[in-house]
Amino acid sequence: MTALRFGIGLAIVFAASYAFAQGMADKGGADKRRSGYRDMGEALQKMQDDDTANPGMLFVQLGSQSWAKAAGAAGKSCADCHGAAATSMKGVAARYPAFPKGADTAVDLEGRINLCRTANQQAEKLPPESRELLALAAYVARQSRGMPIAPPADPRLAPLRAQGAAIWAVRQGQLNLSCVICHDDNAGKKLAGVTIPQAHPTGYPIYRLEWQTLGSLKRRLRNCLVGIRAEAYAYDAPEYVMLGLFLMDRAKGMIVESPGVRP
Amino acid sequence: MADVLVNAPKTAKRGAVVEIKALILHPMETGFRPGPNGRIIPRNIIERFTATWNDAEIFSMDMSPAISANPFVSFFAVAAESGVVRLRWTGDEGFVVEEQVAIAVE
Ligand code: HEC
Ligand code: HEC
Repeated sequence: MTALRFGIGLAIVFAASYAFAQGMADKGGADKRRSGYRDMGEALQKMQDDDTANPGMLFVQLGSQSWAKAAGAAGKSCADCHGAAATSMKGVAARYPAFPKGADTAVDLEGRINLCRTANQQAEKLPPESRELLALAAYVARQSRGMPIAPPADPRLAPLRAQGAAIWAVRQGQLNLSCVICHDDNAGKKLAGVTIPQAHPTGYPIYRLEWQTLGSLKRRLRNCLVGIRAEAYAYDAPEYVMLGLFLMDRAKGMIVESPGVRP
Repeated sequence: MADVLVNAPKTAKRGAVVEIKALILHPMETGFRPGPNGRIIPRNIIERFTATWNDAEIFSMDMSPAISANPFVSFFAVAAESGVVRLRWTGDEGFVVEEQVAIAVE
């Protein structure tokens, strides 16, 4: 039939074959902060590092397609106004949540994207955790990979951030636990076999293996709230933005990994 | 095709071993999980993955419900001649996705 001789190797499901030295190590020395990346096993780190094995990149690719697709009554695509995301969206995810121009409250990245959907494209808001919203967020966040988290100096953010810090510290839920008890006091220790991370929002949106899909920081926070048997805030509640502001400030200077992979 | 990421070298030396990697968006619903209404969500998996190089099969595998969503496959082949590598995923609910990459062998 054919003289071609092809050797067949073995398939490696979920094992990346090469990892580029990504230099994502957080600052050494006195800085004791560590990204959840460093608490994962080597196989997962390699999966995150290899763009051809990181399932989050499937969503980045979908996002790049949405970016170029006209939507809404305005008939405009993101690209029509913003051009190439590689330049216009560079560093954006590293500084959200923030106050959009003219807005009276801060929004997270997904919220900012939805503002452009409604105000600029005159389209419907994309539902929380919908594939298109996550894909756009992943595509935008990907443009900040490798950059340090840099919360804006905007003084209007301070009171919201303080409210986030208060939520972080308060005990809640039927288990009567605070975020502090796990993520500050017991980080690095095991909880039912899982290493408790320091909870830095370095990789969002993340591809979480447990979810088998991409998810936002909001979804992650809801998981922790449900985990302590507290009632999760409604999807559009300002508490997520407050916590996001607090967490980004706490992770200031750490490196954006988006789209991250987490167990 | 929207939902596939394929990574293969564009060029290869004759006789070299090349790695081909493919990631596809797919729920790999096991058929064992109850949905929000308590009923079992019907199985929806990729059943088979095949790869051909100039129409000769170089790799194939059956997939099972135990494989996670968005499966990643990596395999090796010897670059014997320039041509087209065709990847094909087939599964439940009439799922068929094809993707191809050209590899020039020097
Ligand atoms: C009609 C033009 C228009 C369209 C279409 C549009 N945007 Fe925007 N976008 C803007 C303007 C104007 C701003 C505000 C810029 C500023 O504050 O300086 C903005 C701001 C943003 C920001 C925040 C940037 C920053 O530096 O803080 C993001 C993220 C964003 N847009 C994403 C999107 C996405 C994703 C889409 C497609 C779903 C989109 N935009 C569609 C006009 C548009
Ligand atoms: C009982 C301990 C516990 C409490 C209390 C808790 N978490 Fe977590 N949290 C975890 C564990 C464990 C993980 C990692 C889960 C995994 O990897 O499977 C996690 C993960 C996270 C992450 C993801 C970090 C990353 O690398 O992506 C964030 C962010 C987070 N938690 C925030 C919070 C916030 C905010 C609160 C308070 C509302 C909170 N957590 C309360 C145990 C806790």
